[in-house]
Amino acid sequence: MKPDSSAPPAPAASHAPMPSAYALQLKNLQTRFRTEEGDLPAVNDVSLSLRRGKVLAVVGESGCGKSVTAYSILRLIRPPGRIAAGQIVFHPRDGAAPIDIAALSEESDQLYHLRGGFISMIFQEPMTALSPVHTVGNQICEAILLHQRKTPAEARAIAIDMLQKVGIPGPERRIDQYPHELSGGMRQRIVIAMALVCRPEVLIADEPTTALDVTIQAQILKLIKDLQRELGTSVIFITHDLGVVAQIADDVAVMYLGRVVEQGTVRQVLKTPRHPYTASLLRSLPGLDTDAARLPTIQGSVPSLGNVPPGCPFHPRCPHAVPGRCDVGAVPELRSFDADHLAACVRVEELAAATASVSHSVKAPVQA
Amino acid sequence: MSASPLPSHPDTPLLSVRGLAKHFPIRSQGLLKKQIGLVRAVDDVNFDLRRGETLGLVGESGSGKTTCARTILRALVPTAGSVHFASRGGVVDLATLSDTALKPLRQEMQMIFQDPFSSLNPRMTVGDIVAEPFRIHNLATGSDLEDRVVDILRKVGLRPEHRQRYPHAFSGGQRQRIGIARALIMRPSFVVADEAVSALDVSVQAQVINLLQDLQDELGLTYLFVAHNLGVVRQLCDRVAVMYAGRIVELADTAELFANPRHPYTKMLLSAEPHPDPDVPMSFDSTGEVADAGRLPTGCAFHPRCPRRFEPCDKLIPTLSAIPGTPCAAACHLYPTP
Repeated sequence: MKPDSSAPPAPAASHAPMPSAYALQLKNLQTRFRTEEGDLPAVNDVSLSLRRGKVLAVVGESGCGKSVTAYSILRLIRPPGRIAAGQIVFHPRDGAAPIDIAALSEESDQLYHLRGGFISMIFQEPMTALSPVHTVGNQICEAILLHQRKTPAEARAIAIDMLQKVGIPGPERRIDQYPHELSGGMRQRIVIAMALVCRPEVLIADEPTTALDVTIQAQILKLIKDLQRELGTSVIFITHDLGVVAQIADDVAVMYLGRVVEQGTVRQVLKTPRHPYTASLLRSLPGLDTDAARLPTIQGSVPSLGNVPPGCPFHPRCPHAVPGRCDVGAVPELRSFDADHLAACVRVEELAAATASVSHSVKAPVQA
Repeated sequence: MSASPLPSHPDTPLLSVRGLAKHFPIRSQGLLKKQIGLVRAVDDVNFDLRRGETLGLVGESGSGKTTCARTILRALVPTAGSVHFASRGGVVDLATLSDTALKPLRQEMQMIFQDPFSSLNPRMTVGDIVAEPFRIHNLATGSDLEDRVVDILRKVGLRPEHRQRYPHAFSGGQRQRIGIARALIMRPSFVVADEAVSALDVSVQAQVINLLQDLQDELGLTYLFVAHNLGVVRQLCDRVAVMYAGRIVELADTAELFANPRHPYTKMLLSAEPHPDPDVPMSFDSTGEVADAGRLPTGCAFHPRCPRRFEPCDKLIPTLSAIPGTPCAAACHLYPTP
């Protein structure tokens, strides 16, 4: 790992065992749902590593399994869904033994302490994540009182301090208000305050700015980035917006039909995409190259999980699919193309050679 | 209301909006329902829509863009102003027309909605959904109607056999095609697309954007494209009107607006858009929140958030006027009217 200004602060006890370079690792995670169409894997053989103190973006279109991955990490999957296979390994910052969250029992104290204490989550729609009948102060204090030994008065002081941090003006007054008295942007700040008040080591943000306007989104992204650096939090950022990915992530995993199809640093994935799905997705973004008469598209639509094509699941929509190679056999393995840049495409080397001369990079906007 | 300060065009515009306003009273909870406030959702909106062009109406939630579009179509009755529409039978003012006189004109103006899941009746077959406008206007029946349905389904990229199916059997992108077919079967000249591609995934969104462009070329449509996504607007629109707190704050050709935004709000909006190239940084400098249309600040509604506010901004409401020497109009005291 290169030295970086955003590196986490050194552990307080210097004699403690060295913490892992990763805060969280998913190993061959499979989350299945029993549906009318059968027992379907919404997340299939997903392996991801979240570097400590970094932001890993998980990106994909609806139904790709990115949110199910996030919910699986906190064991929030309810029947008819279940984690069917794999490990979710949390590496505590203090160097203590890693914990496999997937193996914990539903009632275990360890799971109870991990959720909200060490790993917390920001949900997409702030109004559904907040209780309408409790003041925002009570909701933030609840997290503190559950996970820390504090008196209610201390908790209130911490909550006010946190509201200040997330940029809420007049926190002493706002703390006694109800969610309906706040704007959408303010509510999302409250949800962020709730998620960060226990200084979690891992934050899972599930489309935290999708419901917000672009100027408010900019403020919330800045807030998440600033707090993440200040508190040394490692973040898994779930989104469908490649623009947001480019602006906030260190590492990126692209998902399609429940699987990771490409993975690497934000520059590797967005500037030299190696999987045809990632490349096509970037090209079909509107407004980037307005000289082109037509917007390049991806043919067809995402098939249902009950009807996954054989071979590479993307082959019916892929402009580079070759009969006999892409449409037969097992699903292509996610393999290393260039150091830590991985792609799940059987043609990745030849396609890379063919496009080496053609620039993949998106055009910079003409802006004053 | 003030006369249009906008540059005029040689050909008669398809739509000419002047001084358009839509206010909603806020009434007290009590028995008397006394009016205690006013939401100025749309105020003093002026613009022309040329035949065959696509005008983007952009803004953040609560900016009044959807209310503006609905008021133009007379889905809402305007509080003030005029909407002159060059219908096949001549120019009419949609703002003052009676409901009876309005009904036949509805064929010429249609709307495409945002949510492909809630805008289609789940109990009707696709064939019935698409044919419904014809039935309402009693214009065609039997095999004639059948032919028109098949024809429009083909045009939007669906197959004739899709007529017998129900909306739930279709993906989001296909449902949006059904909504487009329903809007276009009457052969309208004017189409309002309200966030028509916003709910779609990127790969499907691109297909629908291309479809809207193809249909415009083929059928000579004029679009009012209401959207919050700047990329989509840049891709599709000839000109863009930026709304803030119920008013148009800037109106310019698309390329000009993106290359050289004039209004400080447009600048804030464009710079806050995250670009998918990690080497093109976005600005995190935006401050404040969209003004509440029920409690607007005095003067320019944007002044509390504006980095360039000066003396007149909290006193005088700037009017949208052409900036001399440019193809743009802005409502901002930085650009004084001559």
